[in-house]
Amino acid sequence: MSKYRNLLIGTAIAAMAAMPAYAGKFGLGRPALPEEVAAWDLDVSPDGTGLPVGSGDALTGEEVFADNCAICHGDFAEGVDNWPKLAGGDGTLADKDPLKTVGSYWPYLSTTFDYVRRSMPFGAAQTMSDDDVYAIVAYILYSNDIVDEEFVLSNENFLDVKMPNADGFIVDDREESEKHFWTEPCMENCKEGEVKITMRAAVLDVTPEEEGAEEAKAEMAPAAEETPVVEEAKVEEPVAEEPAVAALDPELVKAGKKVFKKCKACHQVGEGAKNKTGPELNAVMGRTLGGIDGFKYSKTMKAMGEEGTVWNEETLAEFLTKPKKYVKKTKMSFAGLKKEKDILAVTEYLKSFSQ
Amino acid sequence: MTVRFKGKAPSRRAFLKGTLASTAGMVAGAGAASAATPDPLITQKQEWAMGLGDGVDATPYGLPIQYEGDVIRRNVEWLTADTISSINFSPIHALDGTITPQGCAFERHHSGAIDLKKEDYRLMINGMVDQELVFSYEDLERFPRVNKTFFLECAANTGMEWAGAQLNGAQFTHGMIHNMEYTGVSLRTLLEEAGVKPEGKWVYVEGADASSNGRSIPIEKALDDCIIAFKANGEALRKEHGYPARLVVPGWEGNMWVKWIRRIEITDQAIESREETSKYTDTLEDGTSRKWTWVMDAKSVVTSPSPQSPIKHGHGPLVITGLAWSGRGAITRVDVSKDGGRTWETARLANPGQPMALTRFYLDTQWAGEEMLLQSRAVDETGYVQPTKAMLRETRGENSIYHNNCIQTWWVKADGEAENVEVS
Repeated sequence: MSKYRNLLIGTAIAAMAAMPAYAGKFGLGRPALPEEVAAWDLDVSPDGTGLPVGSGDALTGEEVFADNCAICHGDFAEGVDNWPKLAGGDGTLADKDPLKTVGSYWPYLSTTFDYVRRSMPFGAAQTMSDDDVYAIVAYILYSNDIVDEEFVLSNENFLDVKMPNADGFIVDDREESEKHFWTEPCMENCKEGEVKITMRAAVLDVTPEEEGAEEAKAEMAPAAEETPVVEEAKVEEPVAEEPAVAALDPELVKAGKKVFKKCKACHQVGEGAKNKTGPELNAVMGRTLGGIDGFKYSKTMKAMGEEGTVWNEETLAEFLTKPKKYVKKTKMSFAGLKKEKDILAVTEYLKSFSQ
Repeated sequence: MTVRFKGKAPSRRAFLKGTLASTAGMVAGAGAASAATPDPLITQKQEWAMGLGDGVDATPYGLPIQYEGDVIRRNVEWLTADTISSINFSPIHALDGTITPQGCAFERHHSGAIDLKKEDYRLMINGMVDQELVFSYEDLERFPRVNKTFFLECAANTGMEWAGAQLNGAQFTHGMIHNMEYTGVSLRTLLEEAGVKPEGKWVYVEGADASSNGRSIPIEKALDDCIIAFKANGEALRKEHGYPARLVVPGWEGNMWVKWIRRIEITDQAIESREETSKYTDTLEDGTSRKWTWVMDAKSVVTSPSPQSPIKHGHGPLVITGLAWSGRGAITRVDVSKDGGRTWETARLANPGQPMALTRFYLDTQWAGEEMLLQSRAVDETGYVQPTKAMLRETRGENSIYHNNCIQTWWVKADGEAENVEVS
C-alpha cells in the first residue's frame, strides 16, 4: 500500500516536472485503481478464477432465458434463423455437418459464463445480475441434458460440471501432422492425364448479385441524393393523407436513422423489408399492435392489438421507454431507449416509412 | 453471430445465366489493331480539354472517382444472421500493389463497430505485473513508435470453400484480408513499462465493445512483434478497424487483432474465451478439434483474371496477377499454372517478399483465347508449399471452417470470363 501511495505522488510530480514517475522506463500512464481493475477484469478461466459469488437454478434460468435470449436462441436454445443454436448436436462432431453447441462442443463451462456475463444479451450486454447469469448457464446445461431441472449452479459447484467435449481438443499440431506440406514443389507432369473440372460455383448460385455496386456508384456521384428518406416520404404524401408525413423534420429523421441501428439486429424497415427476429416496420405507425399476419408475437402484444391498441407517438414512446413494462412478456429483448430525444428521433424515422 | 458455411441449394437459373454470359462475350482479334478511322477522342476537342475542372477543396477528404464505384467491400447476406455481427470482403479483384486502402479493407465485427473517442479511450494493463497501469490515448503517442506493414487475414477466409467451389469471385473467396502499414507502440514497450512478473505466461487482450472479443496470446508472441496501433496507412484507424487503437498480431489470425483494445491482462493460463474455444478452433474428420491454431499458413490467389475481373481485351499480351502471403515469414516464390496444376511456371514478385505482409506477383504472358485452369501456389521462407484442396481435406476433412489455404482454381473460358471451380 505504501508503495502505491508513493507512486501516486510520483505521478503528480511527474505531471509538473515532465519526468519519469515510477517503475517503468518512460513513466507514462498512471497506476490502475483497484476499483478500475475490478470493473473491467471480468474474465473467468477454466479453473474458476474470476467467478463471482452467486447461484441460479435451471428453472429460474428458463424464465430469464425466455425473456432475454429466446428471441434469437429460441425457447429451447435451439436457435432462431441464423442465430446460434446453444443446445443439441450431441455426437455429431464427426458428421459431415456437425452441430456445434455449448453441449456438443464447448470444452469449458467457464466460457459460457464468461461470455454471457460479458457480452449478452446482444444489444444489452452487461445488464444481467450474476445470479441471472448463473441461472441462464444452468438452463443452457439443462437444455443440453447435462443437468436436471432442479439443478442449482453456483460458484461452489461450478467446477463439478463435466462438459461432454472437454477432451475433444488438441493443441495445434500442423507442423507435425502437415509436415509433408514442407516439400519441393513439382513443376512438370504434376498430374496424370487431363485435369477435369469436378465442381462449379456458378451451378450453386450463392454469390451475391451486383446490386450493391450500383448503389455505391450513386452514392459516390456528386450530390446524388442528399435526403433519400424525405424524398420517399414526399412520394407517399398524396396517398398517406397524414399531415405528419409532410411535416417530417429531416434532421430528426436523420438522427432517428442513427438510433435505429440499435434496432437493426432484429427489425427491417424500408424497401423490401421482411420480418426477421422482429416484425418489419414499414407503416408501423397506425398499425394495430401485433398486426402482422404470420409473425409470432407474444400473447400480450396480440391481446393488446385485439383490444384495439394502435401504434402511435404515445404508445410507441411508452413501449420504447420500457418495452417489458408496456407490453408484459413481449418477446422483444431490447432494454429500452433511455433518452427521450432518441425516442422522438426513431419515431420520426419510422414515420418516414409510412406506406 | 454464427457464420454459416453452407450455401443455398443449386439453382437451374444460375446455370442458364452462366451459359448466356459465355455466348454473349467478346473475342477480339489478336495483337495490335490498326485504326481504320481517326479516333474522335483525339481528333475532336474534348470538353475537359477546354473548360475547367474542380477547385482544390471540392472534396476536402477525397473519395474515389465515381467510375470506380464498384471497388467496394461486399457482404454475403446469407452467411450471418445480421450485419452487426458479420463480415464483408475486400475487393481484392480490383486492387493492385499490396497496400489495402482503409476505405475498402474488409470489416468483421462481433457487436458492431463502436464509436469511441480518443478522449474516452483508456488502455489498462493488469494481472501479473509489477505495476497495474492505465494509459490514455495521449500516453500512447508519447512512447517510441514503430512503423510496420502486415497482412490481417480472418481465419475464416476461404472457409466457405471447404466443401466445394461455392462463391464466384476472388473478393468472396479470398477477400477477408487486408494489408496496411501500421504506426503504433510495440506491445513489448508497454509490457515492460508495467513489468511482467516471471509467472506471467499469457496475455489476455480484450476490446471495449460489447463482444469484448477476448483472446489469449502466449507471452513470447506478445513480447516479440505485436503492436498497439493507432494509425494505418498514415492516417487514423477507421472506426470499423478499431479506432482509436487496435492490436496488431503479425502473421496470426485476424480475430486476435483485438479492436478498440482496452485491456491487457497478464495471466498464468489461457482464458479459453468463446473466441478461442467455440469459435476459431478447427474440427477434424474424426470430430476432435485443433485449438490455438494461431499462425496463418502460406497462401496465394490470382486476383486477375478472376470471375469479377474477366479478360476484356483481345488475344496477345496478358497480365496475370495475384497476392501471396504467409504467417510464418516472407514469401520467397509464387508459381502459376494455366492447366489446373499439371505444369507450373514461376511468377515475378513485384518486390521481394516481406515477412507477414502481402506480396504481389505477376506473370506477364500471352493468351490466344485458350481455356485456362488458372492456379497460383505460394512458397514461404520456411519452405512451406501451399497445398491443394485435396491435400488439406486428406489431413483435415471438410469441417474445419477456418484456415483453408488451398490452391484456388479459376476456369478462364475462351471469351475471357472466369469461374470458380474445383479440379481433379
